[in-house]
Amino acid sequence: MDKRLINWFRFASPQAFYPLAGRMIPWFWALSAVFGIAGLYVGFLVAPTDAQQGEGYRIIFLHVPASWMSMFIYLVMAFWAGLGLAFNFRLSGMMATALAPTGALFAFLSLWTGALWGKPMWGTWWVWDARLTSELILLFLYVGFIALQSAIDDPRRADKAGAILALVGVVNIPIIYFSVKWWNTLHQGSSVSLTKSPSMAMTMLIGMLLCALACWMYAIAVALMRVRTIMLERERHTEWVREELGAKAKEQ
Amino acid sequence: MLKLVSAIISRDLRLAMRRRADIVSALFFFIIVVSLFPLGVGPEPELLRKLAPGVLWVAALLATMLSLPRLFADDHRDGTLEQLALAPQPLGLIVLGKVLAHWLVSGLPLALLTPVLGLQFDLSTDALWVLTCSLLIGTPALSAIGAIGAALTLGVRGGGVLLSLLVLPLYIPVLVFGAGAVDATVTGLGAQAHLSLLGALTLAGVFFAPWPTAAALRIALE
Repeated sequence: MDKRLINWFRFASPQAFYPLAGRMIPWFWALSAVFGIAGLYVGFLVAPTDAQQGEGYRIIFLHVPASWMSMFIYLVMAFWAGLGLAFNFRLSGMMATALAPTGALFAFLSLWTGALWGKPMWGTWWVWDARLTSELILLFLYVGFIALQSAIDDPRRADKAGAILALVGVVNIPIIYFSVKWWNTLHQGSSVSLTKSPSMAMTMLIGMLLCALACWMYAIAVALMRVRTIMLERERHTEWVREELGAKAKEQ
Repeated sequence: MLKLVSAIISRDLRLAMRRRADIVSALFFFIIVVSLFPLGVGPEPELLRKLAPGVLWVAALLATMLSLPRLFADDHRDGTLEQLALAPQPLGLIVLGKVLAHWLVSGLPLALLTPVLGLQFDLSTDALWVLTCSLLIGTPALSAIGAIGAALTLGVRGGGVLLSLLVLPLYIPVLVFGAGAVDATVTGLGAQAHLSLLGALTLAGVFFAPWPTAAALRIALE
């Protein structure tokens, strides 16, 4: 038990984590490619055409995983941020910083693909549905987090300030979601419901899950790549970074 | 405890009273923004009546944003904030006092002006009454949540714009319930549910927000 604990904490140091991340990245890329190809194969070739929505529904194979990831990454980001705030790990703040752009990208993708789906299905690019609105607000929260971190020059302060913002955001997300939901039911403008969708065929579900796994692996791979860059940038005065960069320069 | 909070409030109020121009300019900003809307969308009373709650609430959010950067900036500049942080009393309570003082000079005047501005939008007496109540109940939450953003952006470049990026998304529930209360009255549903929820948001905001604000201030002071 003791030994394992020590091992875990060892990887909280950037110097120990840097090579580990480097070894993991190709694996996550490979897994992402495998799951992605399988998911798209199931999505485009195996899954049947939807009775009501035709071929257009196939965008859910990107849309749904992107929405899931955008929400999940915010939670993971807040988790790392909280860990960094509580234990003062340098790596935690870097992980939160590295995850934010990927989360924002997924939130944007989810909105964009949702609009593409909404135009043929609902006849409009955008409705003020509770889910759409809260996804948009989630994107705003990501943008706020990224803007705050990039405005503060001192990385330690940027990490901590971002951590507080992420935690405040996590507490607020359910409140925002329910307020928007209630607001939406009060304004019965467009009577479109996402929740009434008919139960999904098994193949569609499998395709979607495979795509979600692909997005997951992609997010991990990209976040690890980004965190490696952040580590080198922030620790550039240390011995190990000089050695690392020196070794690379020699190879070339 | 109460003594500490009231001491901070009276100190901040005295400081604010010596710089009345700041309060008045935020108020006039509110008045001008609200008056611009009829010029933009046209003078039809029907349309204006529908727009009024949303317009007044959004203008109130923006007017609050204007005064927020100064919540801690002056004290930060002259070193008072460091002394406050070093004081044996919990920093959260001090922040609470500052938040309440901020509300007294920014939120309360907005709420008191609302009936007059609502008349421009041809609101009925009931709707005016509910709108004023909703602003009275909701604006303390704006000051409390805004304080978190003000503390996080303290001494950061581009602080004002950044502050609005951080805080405006968090204001959405207050806006929804505040403006929704008036809509509910107009449609005959009754505003009580909305006003209760707004009150809950305000209580939760005023109770919880000073702690992350205090944490953010300590980070800014490091």
